[in-house]
Amino acid sequence: MSIRKVLVANRGEIACRIMRTCRERGVKTVAVFSDADRDLPFVKMADEAVPIGPPPVAQSYLKVEAILQAAEKTEADSIHPGYGFLSENASFAEQVLKAGLTWIGPKPFTIAQMGDKVTARQTMIEAGVPVVPGSGALSSAEEAVRLAREWGYPVMIKASAGGGGIGMHVCRGEEELRSVFSSVKQKAQAYFGDGKLFLEKWLPRARHVEVQIAADAFGNILHLYERECSVQRRNQKVIEESRSPSIREETRQKLYDAAIRAAKAVNYLGLGTVEFILDESEQFYFLEMNTRLQVEHPVTEAITGFDLVAWQLDVAEGKPFKLKQEEIPLQGHAIEFRLYAEDPVRFYPSPGKLNAFQFPAGDGIRVDAGVEEGNTVSPFYDPMIAKCIVSGCNRMEVLQRSRFTLERFRVEGIRTNLPLLLRILEHPDFVRGHYHTGLIADLKNE
Amino acid sequence: MAEVTASMAGTVLSVLVAPGDRVEAGQDVVILESMKMEVPVQAEQGGIVSEVKVEEGSFVGDGEVLLVLSVES
Repeated sequence: MSIRKVLVANRGEIACRIMRTCRERGVKTVAVFSDADRDLPFVKMADEAVPIGPPPVAQSYLKVEAILQAAEKTEADSIHPGYGFLSENASFAEQVLKAGLTWIGPKPFTIAQMGDKVTARQTMIEAGVPVVPGSGALSSAEEAVRLAREWGYPVMIKASAGGGGIGMHVCRGEEELRSVFSSVKQKAQAYFGDGKLFLEKWLPRARHVEVQIAADAFGNILHLYERECSVQRRNQKVIEESRSPSIREETRQKLYDAAIRAAKAVNYLGLGTVEFILDESEQFYFLEMNTRLQVEHPVTEAITGFDLVAWQLDVAEGKPFKLKQEEIPLQGHAIEFRLYAEDPVRFYPSPGKLNAFQFPAGDGIRVDAGVEEGNTVSPFYDPMIAKCIVSGCNRMEVLQRSRFTLERFRVEGIRTNLPLLLRILEHPDFVRGHYHTGLIADLKNE
Repeated sequence: MAEVTASMAGTVLSVLVAPGDRVEAGQDVVILESMKMEVPVQAEQGGIVSEVKVEEGSFVGDGEVLLVLSVES
């Protein structure tokens, strides 16, 4: 079966990214857009574009009926969900399949299984993949307090259905745990429609490393190396690189093995990412599995030379992988910088009109942008407006090129985190490639 | 009189005070939501809330007046 027309159920840079691959393959594209987005590049780039509602996400990008109607009207044969929005919504995936369309993603059952973090943890424990010391579903604040007393603080309270840094809170003492329990529960209910919470031991000076995996319908599971994602603010990633500059070779191999074991345990299909957290001694634990294309997939593309969206389309078309694990290329190094429309100090959102938006081009520079000069960055969606991916022969070259590149961005009309990105590039820990999730907080305190 | 204005464009998630309430300088009075983030807005000075200009769910622009305080001299 071959894919001829893809509806991209997303917006911004990732919608453009997906359409670029479709276009190269001669596949037609359909954009769906909210009233706030009618002037954005992804709407113009698509062969057809269908308005699906007013700006709030509940009335547009999360509105399943409107998206399925758009697919029917335009006779799209497939749906690519991108990341965020409906990408990890098992019921949406099921409805897409029920409508007779191809779902460019893993099986709905896997999405549900990994989307519920309590179930995901249990599945991994059974598969022999180490998980962060933690609990099952909590029945009450009292149960959380009792467990935290046993383990010692700090602990992290998390929404089972959560993700993307929302619905989690680090608690350093009993009073804090008691006081945030109900607000985290409420938020989990409001954002994810599920108030189920669990508790994890919080690891200080931790590193976030994730493994890209790919599985075809013939039982072949490959890994496409790892990404180091420890530069974060508010539990959201800011800079990612591949491969990790700090972990030992021995740990690397163990991570790949664990990621493949995780993928096997859920009978995975398509592209996915297994996230791990590493402590100072490089003990690692499963955090979660992202059953979709990751924001930071371009760093993997840079070091392998692959087009991961093309891989997704191939798997969805039922094609087997042509390469074996030992044939996966590895060349040089790559770092991705996320450009956020936000105040670089307080991280408050900064929507507004982009009076200027210019960036350099050249060897080893890739910019995936969701906006262009003259667009308005709306307050309704994620603050990430572009990603800058810099690659080169080795990490040192990439660091130099990154600085040159970021200094030549010109963004006017809104505030961005560019000054923060440049400061991180100069931080001695970042330069030597050994840093943990506290890097940005440390920078702010200096 | 003093005005409390929006620190950014966004949706009013909650209004934490009502007319007649006494607020202190630095107290959170409104929570705005923008780009998936909640940002509290504080009263810059203390006073009595004389008027609330927005309601929950309404959209405000950067610098828009959220509430009016009468300030004791």
